[in-house]
Amino acid sequence: MLLKYFANEKESAFILMILASVTLIIPTCNLIFSAGSVFYFSAYTVSLIGKYLTFALLALSLDLVWGYCGILVLGQGAFFALGGYAMGMYLMRQIGDRGVYGNPDLPDFMVFLNWKELPWYWSGFESFPFAILMVMVAPALLAFVFGWLTFRSRVTGVYLSIISQALTYALLLAFFRNEMGFGGNNGLTDFKDILGFSLQSDSVRAILLMSSGMILIAAFLVCRWLVKTRLGRVVTAVRDHESRVRFLGYRVEMFKLWIFVFSAILAGLAGALYVPQVGIINPSEFSPLISLEIVVWVAVGGRGTLYGAIIGAIIVNYGKTVLTGLLPEVWLFTLGAVFILVTIYMPDGLVGIWKRKWGGAKP
Amino acid sequence: MKYLMPHVIRFFLVILIMFSFVKITVAQEAEVGQTFSTTVSGLKIRSLSKKGQFVEQLAQFQNPQKTVILQALVDGHLFEIREDGRVVIAAKKSGKYSIVLAENGDDLGLTDNSAIKKIKINNRLRTQIRRLIANLQLSSPDVGLRLKAIKTLSKSIKPDDLNTLKILAESEENSSVLDALELVFALDNINSSDRETRLLGIENLKQKTSFKAVSRLQALLDKDSEGQFVEPDKEIRKQAKSALVKIQSRLNTYEVAQTVFFGLSLGAVLVLAAIGLAITFGVMGVINMAHGEMMMLGAYTTYVMQQIMPNNISLALILAIPAAFMVSGIVGIGIERGIIRHLYGRPLETLLATFGVSLVLQQAVRSIFSPLNRSVITPEFMSGSWQINDFLAFTWNRLYILFFCLLVFTCLLQILKRTKLGLEVRAVSQNRNMAKAMGIPTDRVDAMTFGLGSGIAGVAGVALSQITNVGPNLGQAYIVDSFMVVVFGGVGNLWGTLVAGFSLGIANKVLEPFAGAVLAKILVLVFIILFIQKRPRGLFPQKGRAAES
Repeated sequence: MLLKYFANEKESAFILMILASVTLIIPTCNLIFSAGSVFYFSAYTVSLIGKYLTFALLALSLDLVWGYCGILVLGQGAFFALGGYAMGMYLMRQIGDRGVYGNPDLPDFMVFLNWKELPWYWSGFESFPFAILMVMVAPALLAFVFGWLTFRSRVTGVYLSIISQALTYALLLAFFRNEMGFGGNNGLTDFKDILGFSLQSDSVRAILLMSSGMILIAAFLVCRWLVKTRLGRVVTAVRDHESRVRFLGYRVEMFKLWIFVFSAILAGLAGALYVPQVGIINPSEFSPLISLEIVVWVAVGGRGTLYGAIIGAIIVNYGKTVLTGLLPEVWLFTLGAVFILVTIYMPDGLVGIWKRKWGGAKP
Repeated sequence: MKYLMPHVIRFFLVILIMFSFVKITVAQEAEVGQTFSTTVSGLKIRSLSKKGQFVEQLAQFQNPQKTVILQALVDGHLFEIREDGRVVIAAKKSGKYSIVLAENGDDLGLTDNSAIKKIKINNRLRTQIRRLIANLQLSSPDVGLRLKAIKTLSKSIKPDDLNTLKILAESEENSSVLDALELVFALDNINSSDRETRLLGIENLKQKTSFKAVSRLQALLDKDSEGQFVEPDKEIRKQAKSALVKIQSRLNTYEVAQTVFFGLSLGAVLVLAAIGLAITFGVMGVINMAHGEMMMLGAYTTYVMQQIMPNNISLALILAIPAAFMVSGIVGIGIERGIIRHLYGRPLETLLATFGVSLVLQQAVRSIFSPLNRSVITPEFMSGSWQINDFLAFTWNRLYILFFCLLVFTCLLQILKRTKLGLEVRAVSQNRNMAKAMGIPTDRVDAMTFGLGSGIAGVAGVALSQITNVGPNLGQAYIVDSFMVVVFGGVGNLWGTLVAGFSLGIANKVLEPFAGAVLAKILVLVFIILFIQKRPRGLFPQKGRAAES
C-alpha cells in the first residue's frame, strides 16, 4: 500500500524514511544511552538537529510558493519570525514571576521600560492553544493581506520579490523599536518552561525534536497531496504561464493567495518550533539576509520537488555549522559562491544532478 | 565716485579710531616712555592688573604685529623663553614647539617644552583682550572679521563700544554687517529708559531672526516667582508678544525650508544610489543585488585614494570620483560577463546570483580592510555649514552632494540621449529582439550598460563616504531603499527615479518629527507597497509593448 502510494517517487519515500528514523532514533538514543556510549547523542546535537528540522520545514514552505507557484518570496523569514514571536510570547508568559524583576504580570523588558500593564496584543498568550493558534493566524493574516494586495494588482516577478523583501525589512525596523512591546533589539529570551516542563531538560528537548520531525513529515505529506490536487495543478500551471491560465478562466490571484497563505502558516509553525529549541527570538530573524538564505536552501536542494527543499536546508545548514565553527571568515565566501554556482550550473539543485545521473526520470 | 564713498568714509573712520588711540598713546608713551618691544616684554609681568595695563598700551601701537600678539595671548600661545626672557609665540609641532619672536615674527626654530614658559592670563583679562581685538577688527576690510568683532562686542555692550559701532554703521554697506549692527542697536534700545525708544527697539527686533532677539523678547514676557510680569509696561509686553508671533511665523518658514533641504539631501543620496540600478534594471530587467556593494567599493576607493595622498585630501576626493567609476565599472562588467550573461531571461535567478556576488564582495572587503568602519576624511571645503541665520543653516557636504547628484543625473541623461551607447541602450531596453535584428550588438550593450550602472554606483559611493560610515555593510543599508526608489519611479525611467528619490527623501524627513526616524521609514515602505498596488509599474511607467512582458 505504502509502496504503491510512492510508486513513482522513490526519493520521497526515501526521504520520509530517513526523517522518520531521525525523528525516532536520535531522541530515543539521547534518552536511553548515557554519555560516553557510541549511540549517545548530546543535548547539543539534539537541539541542533531539531533546529535543522525546523529549517527544513521553513524551506518546504518556500518551495511550495517558489517551486510550485513561481513566486520568489524574499520575505519568507518574516512569517517564520512571526510564528516564532507568537511562541516566544507564550514562553515569556510562562516565566511568570521568575524573571529578574520578579514581576508576575510583566516580562522583564517591560518592567525595564517602565510599562505599567501588558499591551492588549499580549493578552491570551498565557494559554498554549491560543498561542499555537496565533502561531498560524499571525503569519496567515500578514500573508493574506500582502498577497491579496499584490496578487490582485498583478504584481509579479522581480517586483514581488523586491516588495516582499521590503516587507520583511519594514518588519525588521518595526520590531527593533522598543515601543512595539516585543523586546526591541534583544527580542524575547530567557525562557524557562513549556507546558510546565523545563526547556533545559533532556526529555523536553527530545520531544521538541520529535514534534519538529513529525510536523515536518506531516507537512511534507500535506504539501505533496496539495500539489497533486486540482488546486496544486492549477498553481503549477500559473507558474508556467500565468496569463494563459487566466485566459482559461481561472482566478489566478485566488489560487496564488491560498497557496501563499498556506505556506506562511507552515513557515509560522517552523518558527514556533524553532524558538523553544534555540531559546531566543529577536528581530534579526526578519533581516532580508535570512530570507535570502532560505531561498538558497531551496535552490541548493532543488526547487519544485518538496523533498529537495528538505535536503537543501539540512545540507546548507550543516555546512554553515561546520564552516562557521572552523573558518568563520570563509562562510560568507562559501555562501556567496553557492548562490552563484547553484544558479548558473545547477538550476535544479542537487536533486536535479541526482536525477540526471542516476534517476533517468525527468525532474 | 559712488563706489569710492564708503571706502573714503571707512578710511576716515580708521583714522578717527587711530587718532583717538594715538592721542592717548602719545600721552602715555610720553609718560612711560616705552617702545613697542618693551611693552611686549612687559606682558611677562606677574601682576594681572599691570598686565592689563600693558595690554591696553600694546593695543595703541600702530604695529600690525600687535593683533597677532594679543590673539596669541588669548589663545594661550604666548610664551617667554626661560633663558633670556624674550617673548615668543609658540605652536606645537610633533612634540616640540616651533617659536617665533613676538615683536617682529622672526622665526627662532624649534624648542623643547621645558625651555619656554606660558604667559598666563585670567578670564577677566581674556574678556578685555577680546574686546580690544574686536575693536581693532571693526575696521578690518574682511566682512567675516567685522561680524566676529560685532559679536564679541555685543556680548556685554558698553556705551563706548556702542558709539564706535554707530560710527561704523554710517559707513558700512555690507548688508549682513548692517544687519548685525541693527540687532545690537535694537537690543540696546530695549534696555533704554525711554518708552518710545524701547518700542522702536521691539519694532526693529521684529525683523531680526536670531536667538538673541527671540530670547530678549521672551524675557520681556517672563513672569517672576510670584506670577507677576517682570516687565510692568503693558504696551511693551503687547508689542513684544506680537513681535514674537511675527518672528515665529518666519521661523516656521525656515523650519519648512530646513526640512525640505534635509529631504532633498536624503533624496539626493537615494537618487545617486538608485540611478545606476534604474539603468541596469530598465535595460536588462536584471535585479542587481550587488548594487549596494558597488557603492561600497566606491566608498572604499575614496578611502584608498586618501591613504595614497594623505597630504591632499581634497584632490584625493576629486580623483576618487573617476577612480571609483573605473573600479566599480570594471567589477560590474566582470559580473555581467562572468555571471549574468549565463542567466539571460531568468531575472529571479539573476537576483540570487548577484546576491551571492554581494556576499562575496562584502566578505572580501571585510577580510582585506577589516570589519571595522574606515574613516574617510571630509576635506576643508566640504566641512562646516552655510549659516543663513541663527535658525537656518545648510551643511556644505549635503549641499555638495545635492549638487553632485544633479550633475551625475545630467551627465547620465546626456549620455543616454546623445551618445551612440545611449541610443543602443534605449533601443535594447525598448525591445531587445528588435534591436538585435537591427544589428545592435546586444551582448556588448549589456556589458557596457552594466558597467555604466555599476560605475555610477561607485561614484555614488564616493558621495556616501562623506556622510556615512565606510564599512562592509554600507551597501546593505541602501539596497532596499534604492530598489524602492526605482520601483516607485518606474523602471527604466531616469526622470522617474529622480522624482521618486526626492519625493521619498522629503516624505521621510517630513514624517520624521511626528513619527520618529524608524517609524517614518516604515511608513514610507508601507506606502510604497500600497502604491505599487495601484500603479504596479511605478510613477512613470514605460510605454510600449516591452512594458507588457
